[in-house]
Amino acid sequence: MKITGAQAIVKSLEKEGVEIIFGYPGGATLPIYDALLDSKMRHILVRHEQCAAHAADSYARATGKVGVCMATSGPGATNLVTGIANAYMDSIPVVAITGQVPTPVIGTDAFQEADTTGITLPIVKHNYLLKDAGDIPTMFKEAFHIASTGRPGPVLIDVPKDVSQALIDYKYPESLSLPGYKPTYRGHAKQIKQAAKAIVESKKPVIYAGGGVISSGASKELKALAELTQIYVTTTLLGKGAFPETHSLSLGMLGMHGTRYANYAINESDFIVAIGARFDDRVTGKLSEFAKGARIIHIDIDPAEISKSVFAHIPIVGDAKNVLQPLMEAIKKLQEKKEIADRKSWNAQIEEWKRKHPLSYRQGDVIKPEYVVEQIYELTKDRETVITTGVGQNQMWAAQYYKMTKPRTFISSGGLGTMGFGLPAAIGAQFGRPDALVFDIDGDGSFQMVSQDLATAVYNKLPINVAIMNNGYLGMVRQWQELFYKRRYCQVDLAVGTPDFVKLAEAYGAKGLRACHPDEVRPVLEQAIATDGPVVIDFLVEREENVFPMVVPGAPISQMIGGEEE
Amino acid sequence: MKHTLSVLVENKPGVLARVASLFRRRGFNIDSLAVGPTEDPATSRMTIVVDVAEHPLEQVEKQLHKLVNVLKISDLDPKESVERELVLIKVDATAKERPEIIEIVDIFRAKIVDVSQKTVTVEVTGTGDKIKAMEDLLRPYGIRELVRTGKVALGRGSVTEA
Repeated sequence: MKITGAQAIVKSLEKEGVEIIFGYPGGATLPIYDALLDSKMRHILVRHEQCAAHAADSYARATGKVGVCMATSGPGATNLVTGIANAYMDSIPVVAITGQVPTPVIGTDAFQEADTTGITLPIVKHNYLLKDAGDIPTMFKEAFHIASTGRPGPVLIDVPKDVSQALIDYKYPESLSLPGYKPTYRGHAKQIKQAAKAIVESKKPVIYAGGGVISSGASKELKALAELTQIYVTTTLLGKGAFPETHSLSLGMLGMHGTRYANYAINESDFIVAIGARFDDRVTGKLSEFAKGARIIHIDIDPAEISKSVFAHIPIVGDAKNVLQPLMEAIKKLQEKKEIADRKSWNAQIEEWKRKHPLSYRQGDVIKPEYVVEQIYELTKDRETVITTGVGQNQMWAAQYYKMTKPRTFISSGGLGTMGFGLPAAIGAQFGRPDALVFDIDGDGSFQMVSQDLATAVYNKLPINVAIMNNGYLGMVRQWQELFYKRRYCQVDLAVGTPDFVKLAEAYGAKGLRACHPDEVRPVLEQAIATDGPVVIDFLVEREENVFPMVVPGAPISQMIGGEEE
Repeated sequence: MKHTLSVLVENKPGVLARVASLFRRRGFNIDSLAVGPTEDPATSRMTIVVDVAEHPLEQVEKQLHKLVNVLKISDLDPKESVERELVLIKVDATAKERPEIIEIVDIFRAKIVDVSQKTVTVEVTGTGDKIKAMEDLLRPYGIRELVRTGKVALGRGSVTEA
């Protein structure tokens, strides 16, 4: 029996185990939406396509499954672009389906036509323009395979309307033929042996773990490696949760707003074990000064990341989990044979840094955003909690003061730094983890980029909590203007015109709460957590609070300003 | 330094755009690019000449490898490969000058493929050096138009390079 292309798409999505699609319909996707009515898959109607892409991205991060989003041709597709770029930069498996004008009019500047595959070419792992409905089963199977394997990333399928209306004989393929796509999962045995020897012999080692540990599902192995070798672990922003930050071997996050002790440790180390991390500029600071005395093992599934910015002395291409297991075996063998290098003075040095330079702030009469994050942490640490963030100061405070202990619980836009990520991410995460308490630690600027999607949260009765660190500023830009542009504030004051967030929440049918004084922070948070539905909490925080410590742009990572008790 | 990359790709729509887009995005200028199907109609071979240093070249090769439609890449060593380019040169030539041009064409084992009252069009195949020498000799007569295919290359001997 023949079915339509649209039905074939729906069937293929079902075959791939898709449970939920975030999207927004339009003319070119009418046939697909019609076919969706007969499916058990849930479709979540957002209020802006960008939120569909972010929600799918966050759903993928929270669950480890592939996130799916859908938009119509032209503006629908272009509105997805930021979200697709976000998923690409952070290596998140997303399949984006876009409608396209019918094949006979492609290239004629038809109504709602955009060159979607052309526009998204540099921000996808792969994309397809479907020209023949018969290709649907293979293309969808390939798309999910490519998105979720190797270094994950977004894959887009552009579906012309006539293709989704065409009739085909449907058969889902059992296997795939992708001769040009063969990710390396197993590390090179000789390299692993060499790495083990170097690790055992190193005197001042540090483990530097990134998002790759989380996507590989290697958190257990990372913890075992750290404990086996007694090496301290620092993580990137995306690596938060890969290693428990409550662990005695945790150095927290490193980089521009990392802890002083993490930055000192990595810069003074003689050996860096980089796992699923890519030496981003926000991590290394001035590249030529970065960890000059260190030899580097770089474990990554993407060979293009090896020695891209920092030379790797021992490169190991492979999946983190697959590499760490044999690496630990090799280390154990060496440990049986001989003693590990004496690291007493190095460990003592790190402990001293930790003691001397903790993250710190002073809570006065006005609410400090750091305090809010700490209180959220205190109230939620004993239950399953997922934190999402906006981008900017709010994000950095969340990263500094919320100690993550589990993978897939800290969801933040790292590489692209997309303001507005927090709310749709909270929505996506809550759908993926209905059991978990979801907190979006957001900024007033970030939140206003996507506030329309409160409607999505309200309609779906999602018990998400949006905690806005409201300083009435585009805070991070203001901080840079204060520090590096002589306080010449330009276009960063958001206070006038920003709505009353409590009233805004209420207008959408959500609960709105506000805290103006430090004493109110905890009760308001308790009330929010107890509320069975979306809550927006407006925290009126110290307006000109800065994120410290901070590595001055262009300076070595060990040169930080602020964040010290005077 | 100039490098000649031989890139075997799946013969599918959009692959050329993917490869070209990658060079553009990483900031590399393509000197020349020649592409066409191979002995297997399902694959095409691109010969890409780029002017880059060693380290960025390695990065571009790795990024190329990440394209799903790219099958194999090799950086051809000029000593270990044969490379050719085909050029058509339309030269001003009066009846009096024509024999001189024919003589140059013969020396270079080139061919005259078109003749008019005022011009001859020469087809020359060879390495970059040979083509440049020929061009230099023809320039005094006045080169009206010139078109080149871009370099194509294969590894020497029985080893299949890419």
